[in-house]
Amino acid sequence: MHLLSKPLLPTRDITDEKTFVDRRAFLTSIGVGLAAGASVLSPRLAAAAPAFRRWQGEEDKLTPYADVTGYNNFYEFGTGKSDPAQNAGSLHPHPWKIEIAGDVKKPGIVDLDEFLRPFQPVERVYRHRCVEGWSMVIPWSGIPLRDIIARIEPGTKAKFVEFTTLHDPKQMPGQNRSVLPWPYVEALRMDEAMNLLTLFVTGVYGKPLPNQNGAPVRLCAPWKYGFKGGKSIVRIRFVEAQPHTTWNIAAPEEYGFYANVNPTVDHPRWTQAREHRAGEFFKRKTLMFNGYAEQVASMYTGLDLRANF
Amino acid sequence: MAKGLARRTIVVAKVVVWTACLTPFVVLCIDAFTNQLAAEPVKDIQHRTGLTALIILLVTLAVTPLRRVTGWNELVKFRRLLGLFSFFYVLCHAVTYFVFDQSLSPALIAEDVVKHPWVTVGFTAFMLMIPLAVTSTQGWIRRLGSRWTKLHRLIYAIAILAILHFLWLVKKDVRDPYFYGTVALVLLAARLWPRAQRRVHATKPLPS
Repeated sequence: MHLLSKPLLPTRDITDEKTFVDRRAFLTSIGVGLAAGASVLSPRLAAAAPAFRRWQGEEDKLTPYADVTGYNNFYEFGTGKSDPAQNAGSLHPHPWKIEIAGDVKKPGIVDLDEFLRPFQPVERVYRHRCVEGWSMVIPWSGIPLRDIIARIEPGTKAKFVEFTTLHDPKQMPGQNRSVLPWPYVEALRMDEAMNLLTLFVTGVYGKPLPNQNGAPVRLCAPWKYGFKGGKSIVRIRFVEAQPHTTWNIAAPEEYGFYANVNPTVDHPRWTQAREHRAGEFFKRKTLMFNGYAEQVASMYTGLDLRANF
Repeated sequence: MAKGLARRTIVVAKVVVWTACLTPFVVLCIDAFTNQLAAEPVKDIQHRTGLTALIILLVTLAVTPLRRVTGWNELVKFRRLLGLFSFFYVLCHAVTYFVFDQSLSPALIAEDVVKHPWVTVGFTAFMLMIPLAVTSTQGWIRRLGSRWTKLHRLIYAIAILAILHFLWLVKKDVRDPYFYGTVALVLLAARLWPRAQRRVHATKPLPS
């Protein structure tokens, strides 16, 4: 609970109670009891509910559940935005095994439920900015990645953490086409992985993660473009050399390894200065590091963000 | 002498064309007013109007080859109607972009058009379509005479620019632009083919 005791974005406290009430009302309106929904994966998610925090500015309203779970980039289930919601039924996220590999104390394969049992889930409302120029505000729940890494105990040679998505065309029909080199691989630098904000996501809107959002577990680093958050993770590997990540392999001039949200560094084909918030017609300004500069900017002191986009 | 189409057939065809061309717009309006657009409403409108405009443009381009193959000269009556419908959707597409994406700011529009090739070709295609829509009336056809035909050959360039606009916009999955690009190329090639034939025939005595 130590993470929840200190507010990292002071402004949100102003709207805290109101948003929370709205949220409860919303969940009720869609017929989802908070506790009932959350308890499918873990009873502790439900227990954590009263401690929910809003990691959002005043102008950030929660994106409706239907949009969060109906408008997704998850090419493993097709390249259209509504394809994942339509096609992800073939994924079986329970039971789920994850391989812990590389420079760690105890490499091996673990059962996800068992692995997560000792942790206390938290809720984080984060802005989510897609590299394509749209954004949402999403109430994730999960475990701070730093807590998980502490348990895994990586060695001194671990400079990067690599996350690999499931590769199984039977469960993920989109993998029958080689739109991207499968499996999907993403990675973070060790300090990024250990940042307070980085979340090992197991749920959204107080419910277990739907398949189309990356069930049973995905990554979220909210100051980076959405594609950095690998979904349906089956392997976590600690390595010394910077891993080759999927979009960077597919189009290196368009998608860098860092992929930090940066309104001053444009995508070759479109501006990143502004974004469309889901449901809104007019664009709003994109914030440096997606508004999380206070928490993350110090990690990039001295780094040329134009060259390392 | 080409076989003519019955008057009634033409009336029915007109109803079909009007209905087919207006349906995407009506559906879009219903979705917009019942809050059924995708999470990115502006993108949704743009993708729908853009694709509809392209499809109608390709149908427009199919009129002449179809007329040559079938001998139904009345088909030419649909060409202007289809062309104007395509322009109508392009106009919706472009206005949405000017208003919602660029807040009607000339500076932002200019920057986007200059910097991003896929916007450059899309914007050019839109600009080139304006004189074609304006000169589509009987009055302008008469006034321009043979120059009208030359001017309206711009439609071939517009089709190619539209395909490039689509292709360069797509992030990774290029199936759709390839499909429509192939259709466009076939329709453009269909124009070269009968001409080549006619030239060959011209050197021989014509069958009487």
